[in-house]
Amino acid sequence: MKIIVCIKQVPETTNVKIDPEKGTLIREGVDSIINPFDMYAIEEGLRIKERLGEGEVIVISMGPPQADQALREAISMGADSAVLITDRKLAGSDTWATSYTLARAIEKIGDYNLILCGKQAIDGDTAQVGPGISSWLDIPQVTYVKKIRQITKDKAIVERMTEEGFDVIEIPLPAVFTVVKEINEPRLPSLKGKLRARKVEIPVWGVNELGLEEEKIGLDGSPTRVVKIFTPPPREKGMILEGEPQKVVDSLVEKLKDVVIR
Amino acid sequence: MIRVIKEKCTGCGLCIKVCPFSAISKTSDNKVEIDLTKCNLCSACVSVCKFSAIIIERKEEEKDLSQYKNVWVFGEQKRGVIQPVVYELLGKGRELADNLGCELWTVLLGYKIKNRAQELIHRGADKVIVVEDPLLENFLDEPYTQVLVDLIQKYKPEILLAGATTIGRALISRVAVKVHAGLTADCTGLEIDPAKKILLQTRPAFGGNIMATIITPNHRPQMATVRHKVMKEAPVDSERKGEVEVLNYNGKLNSKTKLIDMIDEVGKTVNLAEADIIVSGGRGLGKAENFKIIEELAEVLGAAVGASRAAVDAGWISYAHQVGQTGRTVCPRLYIACGISGQIQHLVGMQSSDIIVAINKDPEAPIFKVADYGIVGDLFEIVPLLTTRFREVLKK
Repeated sequence: MKIIVCIKQVPETTNVKIDPEKGTLIREGVDSIINPFDMYAIEEGLRIKERLGEGEVIVISMGPPQADQALREAISMGADSAVLITDRKLAGSDTWATSYTLARAIEKIGDYNLILCGKQAIDGDTAQVGPGISSWLDIPQVTYVKKIRQITKDKAIVERMTEEGFDVIEIPLPAVFTVVKEINEPRLPSLKGKLRARKVEIPVWGVNELGLEEEKIGLDGSPTRVVKIFTPPPREKGMILEGEPQKVVDSLVEKLKDVVIR
Repeated sequence: MIRVIKEKCTGCGLCIKVCPFSAISKTSDNKVEIDLTKCNLCSACVSVCKFSAIIIERKEEEKDLSQYKNVWVFGEQKRGVIQPVVYELLGKGRELADNLGCELWTVLLGYKIKNRAQELIHRGADKVIVVEDPLLENFLDEPYTQVLVDLIQKYKPEILLAGATTIGRALISRVAVKVHAGLTADCTGLEIDPAKKILLQTRPAFGGNIMATIITPNHRPQMATVRHKVMKEAPVDSERKGEVEVLNYNGKLNSKTKLIDMIDEVGKTVNLAEADIIVSGGRGLGKAENFKIIEELAEVLGAAVGASRAAVDAGWISYAHQVGQTGRTVCPRLYIACGISGQIQHLVGMQSSDIIVAINKDPEAPIFKVADYGIVGDLFEIVPLLTTRFREVLKK
């Protein structure tokens, strides 16, 4: 069972705040973390390998050279190997170009049974790269997977979280699953894993290694274009209701009456 | 590529502050420079620079896009019922189509569903394309993708909108790759650029801390998924007339995946995505049993029950209820946060709600910074009083 997990390194959100006066972003040091949803993808890959008693978990990431650190963290959790996809020419890729690049890397690894991704990344929040990869690879997908009921090399039965509950889906492998938080609780790195992560060799693939078509990558290969970035208008300052509880409640209900009655 | 025009740069440092990747720094001559190994070309610095000193250069290609016309809305249905987000998209779609002087079409995929087409016309569609097939009865990624790709290639729409729902996000991402279109996720604003007549798509990023406006200049259709509950529903006009075209695939569709079961776990009162009112509980509740007071208030208000990550991780309530970064993003008319301190990860999931009420015993809790109405007090006293008072007012 060859499982490829796609991860992204993202800035830690708690460090991204808005300066209320200037309306600009303030960062208190930029700590980078593995995208939280991708942690569940790594963990699920490891669990499937353990469940089947055989297999290989390969973690890949496309990003700047420092994404190497995220891959080493995944190794310390127990992943077998990792590949870093980095190249100046890839900067500015939107989800179309990113999913193309990752799909080519997955094809280069080859012989895969399962691709795992987090539901979405917490910086871009698009949830588009996972389905994009399956579209490039022309393999089936299930998004928002909250449970893998059964899995073999050729087939899986999974639960997809929906707005109302969940769907139960039978799917042949290879396939792409994007996972949500409910699926598991990621393990902490082991000491042995940490030692391995420090020494392990992580190959770096760029545009040439992957044989990418230049008109499909980076800024120029991305159909979408950011034309403006701005901070949302701050919420109007609220009102603190004070006094005796019954009075406070009465006055709140009075204020909300029109919102509640429709 | 990105570069700094040294002559224009005043060294004011605004760009350094906005860069989410710490890629910009001061040089010894009081200008700035960009570390290209860190830069993601996100263009935040370009937007903020008052002196137009940072530019991103691209290879420009001119394409003939004139054969693409009309605005399309994906008519998401579940169990044969048109989803409310479709009516919101029709409201916005009508406005965009009128602005461009073109037609508004809806694509409805399902089985034995053509009798629903009139509803879409009454809500503003000029034409509805209905594709009926047993494999389309419920959403399946592959046949839905196949049909939508075929229709796009045949009719060449200029704009395609879908709800940013579980289905919409899975489907449209797949379709966009196949038809080589630009796709913008989870938009909260859509407008037509008056000069260029292209779609300006505005969406939150970094959990809503910044907003980005995105265009697709050289590819068609311009595709976007749209956040539920942000746009206004199209009004019903039962006199409206429109065209309905029914297409059949006669067994030509296929799906490797099979839907075995659809399970409704959450009642109407708990569907966070659809709820107009959400009552949420957090760490302050102390234990699982105490969610009862949240549920009672929710029941009186006809609201859904939400929860903070802390409450979900403590095992007091299931993940389906979690609001925030690793849960759901919601924007109801009214959000009542009880015993939730308001960590940034929670705020990003609910701060676009119309009205926010916070009840917390800690006056310093960050939740009060986003609340329209705050009550500093004991939730075990306040929430039951609220339930009683609302019950009186609503005569329940």
